[in-house]
Amino acid sequence: MTDTQTPAAKPFTTIIGLEVHVQLQTQTKLFCGCSTTFGSPPNTQVCPTCLGLPGSLPVMNRQAFALALRAALALDCTIAPFTKWDRKNYFYPDLPKGYQISQYDLPFSSAGVLEVVDPKEAVSRRVGIVRVHLEEDAGKSMHDESAGTADSRIDLNRAGTPLCEIVTEPDLRSPQEARAWLNELKLLLVYLGVSDCNMQEGSLRVDANVNLHIPRADGSLAKTPIVEIKNMNSFRSVERALIYEVVRQWEDWQATGAELGSAPKQTRGWDDPAGITRAQRAKEESSDYRYFPEPDLVPVTVSAEQIAAIRAAMGDPPAVLRQALADTWKISAYDSDVLVNQGRDLVAYFEELATLTGDGKVASNWMQQDVLRTLNERGGTVAEFPVRPAAVAEIIGRITRGDFDTSRGREIFATVLETGTSVADAVTGLGITAVGDDELEALCRELLAANPKIVADVQGGKEQAAAGLIGQAKKKNPNVNPGKVRATCLELIRQIG
Amino acid sequence: MQPLQLSALDLVGAVKRGDLSAVACVEAYLDRIVAVDGRINAFLAVGREPALAQAAKIDVRRKAGKPLGALAGLPVAVKDALCTTDLPTTCASKMLAGYQPPYDADVVARLRRADAVIVGKTNMDEFAMGGSNENSAFGPVHNPWDLNRAPGGSSGGSAACVAADMAPVAIGSDTGGSIRQPAGLCGITGFKPTYGRISRRGLVAFASSLDQIGPMAHSAADCALLMETIAGHDPGDATSLTDPVPAYGQLLGEPLAGLRIGRVAEHFGAGLDPEVARGIESAFDTFRAAGATIHDVELPHARYGIPTYYLIAPCEASSNLARYDGAHYGHRHRAEPGREADQVGQFESPLVEMYCRSRAEGFGPEVKRRVMLGTYALSAGYYEAFYAKALRVRRLIQRDYFEAFAKVDLIAGPVSPTPAFKLGEKTGDPLAMYLVDMYTVGTNLAGIGGISFPCGFTPGGLPIGFQLQGPALAEPLLLRAAHGFQSLTDWHTRRPALSA
Repeated sequence: MTDTQTPAAKPFTTIIGLEVHVQLQTQTKLFCGCSTTFGSPPNTQVCPTCLGLPGSLPVMNRQAFALALRAALALDCTIAPFTKWDRKNYFYPDLPKGYQISQYDLPFSSAGVLEVVDPKEAVSRRVGIVRVHLEEDAGKSMHDESAGTADSRIDLNRAGTPLCEIVTEPDLRSPQEARAWLNELKLLLVYLGVSDCNMQEGSLRVDANVNLHIPRADGSLAKTPIVEIKNMNSFRSVERALIYEVVRQWEDWQATGAELGSAPKQTRGWDDPAGITRAQRAKEESSDYRYFPEPDLVPVTVSAEQIAAIRAAMGDPPAVLRQALADTWKISAYDSDVLVNQGRDLVAYFEELATLTGDGKVASNWMQQDVLRTLNERGGTVAEFPVRPAAVAEIIGRITRGDFDTSRGREIFATVLETGTSVADAVTGLGITAVGDDELEALCRELLAANPKIVADVQGGKEQAAAGLIGQAKKKNPNVNPGKVRATCLELIRQIG
Repeated sequence: MQPLQLSALDLVGAVKRGDLSAVACVEAYLDRIVAVDGRINAFLAVGREPALAQAAKIDVRRKAGKPLGALAGLPVAVKDALCTTDLPTTCASKMLAGYQPPYDADVVARLRRADAVIVGKTNMDEFAMGGSNENSAFGPVHNPWDLNRAPGGSSGGSAACVAADMAPVAIGSDTGGSIRQPAGLCGITGFKPTYGRISRRGLVAFASSLDQIGPMAHSAADCALLMETIAGHDPGDATSLTDPVPAYGQLLGEPLAGLRIGRVAEHFGAGLDPEVARGIESAFDTFRAAGATIHDVELPHARYGIPTYYLIAPCEASSNLARYDGAHYGHRHRAEPGREADQVGQFESPLVEMYCRSRAEGFGPEVKRRVMLGTYALSAGYYEAFYAKALRVRRLIQRDYFEAFAKVDLIAGPVSPTPAFKLGEKTGDPLAMYLVDMYTVGTNLAGIGGISFPCGFTPGGLPIGFQLQGPALAEPLLLRAAHGFQSLTDWHTRRPALSA
């Protein structure tokens, strides 16, 4: 396929694979009992083990392993019955042991898939997962060059935090698709309580591998060198960086004809403000991490019962939930997608509202036009949203009964939101009372008398002219129901005529 | 009462009964250290004040009628590879000179809970790498039986301090023979239990899959006493065994009659000193006379023990020692003041220069040799040929033992091919030095237990060590066999003629 954002008439296929690191939402680190809370003062969540002090030993956090299993099961991975730990050796100041405990040749899971569906185009793509493995995070280096000393400071609070590495097959075919897939992955992991996937806090990190397959005239395929892009701190950055890189590789290939294998794999860093990727140190050969089995830990065996228990407690993934919402509440796939993409709490809010009103479509409309819009404007989470489903259901119910119209309903919604009062109090506070039939008829007669032209127009067959009366009626009494005003006026004109 | 002449069992008994105050007991050993360690160099740190303070507390508790721990008032010397909160832990390396751990090793904590008194930290080969204690950054240890000779290693300080009565018992660690070989060369009893029987938490790692802590004492009975305190499951060590700890001391009395002892022909081949061979044969005679039977067994892969060991141990060590990079603790290279960053020259960055220089300055030659060997053997393209193959041979060696123990209860032989050798004799020839471990590395590779104890002396007056190896978790049997031997002989009661 051709990328829409790359120059037109460039017949090539974009090949993208992603490598995602996700911090698991555990209370404690992977190999010690230290807290994983983000944002604490530097080096306050450390112990001999995560500091790598002499003589310290790791002990596996079983909860972290269970959470990693949940993530892998959600990605349809095969779980290995036997898995082990390996040491990945390299020197860096934020790696206090001089090695990272990771998984090399026997990861705990492999061969999964996560489908990404574009509901607007109804196209779905199956993106293969090569493997998911568990490892410990490193600390953070903070380079302080302000004082001209070029001193670096090291915070090891993060060192030892459990990290899942998720590696996809090169199955993604456009930057947009890569972004959509990342959104789906994040949604899935947040739904399952595996990770908060907060990119700002570093709990989700993405590297992308990309190259182009370019058919030649003779039918053979030219493949551009694979580039690994790093340093992208949002899904938008991932998309932008990939778009940039696709163009860069296309132009580079046209200029040089360089193909895969002609040079070592290049790593390029995304410069977000500049909107470009920059070459980083070329990897002379694949880095030699001297992996070997971690002798301080015992291998882990996983039983079928354990897998079954985790599966049972897992809850529905977003893909299942989308279908379920659409089927149960008779809403469109599009609406279901919008709701599910907002997260589990919003879906729970919707389900409560739909149950109370008995009308999924109306509930969905209110969710999207009122609850979601307000949430987007105000910020905050749906769990702490001040207007609860019962209040919204009450407003909807009274609109249905004809107590007031939708626009007044919105005013009530806004009042409840701002003041935190009950719906009943908001109705009273706004002076909303039901308008009696006699009162309405008297109001309509008054309007007809004052508007002979409209009456004439209606009598001449232009019924839509009656709309002019509704505005005037609302001015005189904001509680009138526009539909009833219209109907009453038309009836009275007929009687006159 | 003369504490220096009592066994650990008797010392604890005397303190508990009130026949001997803990202070008097500890003081006697501290005074002995002052008197003789100038000639031995067994201690890197002596904690006189904290030791006496702790002893005083034990005496107060005893007088108040409060219960005392199983090792009440017993002075213990601890190899400087185990972390202690009140004494520095250096591993006899410049890299960790003055390093003060913030936590006690599990074994140290267990000793303290049992009211043992840690008197000091003992000298060793740097990071436990060596078989002569000459690789210490703080000078070699001298063998109390001949001050011109090496005590063996790496737990040379622990062996020498017990031999010279500077402590009744000591803690050592054994990665390829580092408890048994120095025990043999110093004429004491050294016990390396089954891998995982004693927690490694707080033992500065050399080769994690081989390292094992153990007791060193004059007798097997004293080793058994210590084992009851220091063995046992530690949830903080994933490789620590969960099996219950037997009452080792109560199992010592069983007779030797009926014991089937295996004899490996290869242990008596080239390289074995004839005087050592004679001592070993006489020990076999003692066992025979006591009703044990001797059987020939084969360990067909034993001859691959040294090459296998010298791949696996350096590989693990190269990774275990990566943390000593100057960034977080320990020795860091001090850049010359005023030198510009662009004069870094051969280094790709100031950081890399700091790493390289810190490690070049902090580590001694043998540590560097093994780090390089291990780094090389784990490198891409070499891993399969070296490390992976060594792991396969290790399994063959394990299987040899397993098959041998189907036929015999224990395997016996020399602990070391020669008696104590002269200081400096082997330092120029690393390969000759590596061969001093030829009879001991198999135990570690197989993860089983072994004990060494004196079985005679050379005409020149040097101790000859005898080694027993047993199947996994056969600690009671090993201790019982050694104790049985010591009930029939008095080699373990002899002391070097060190004038105070």
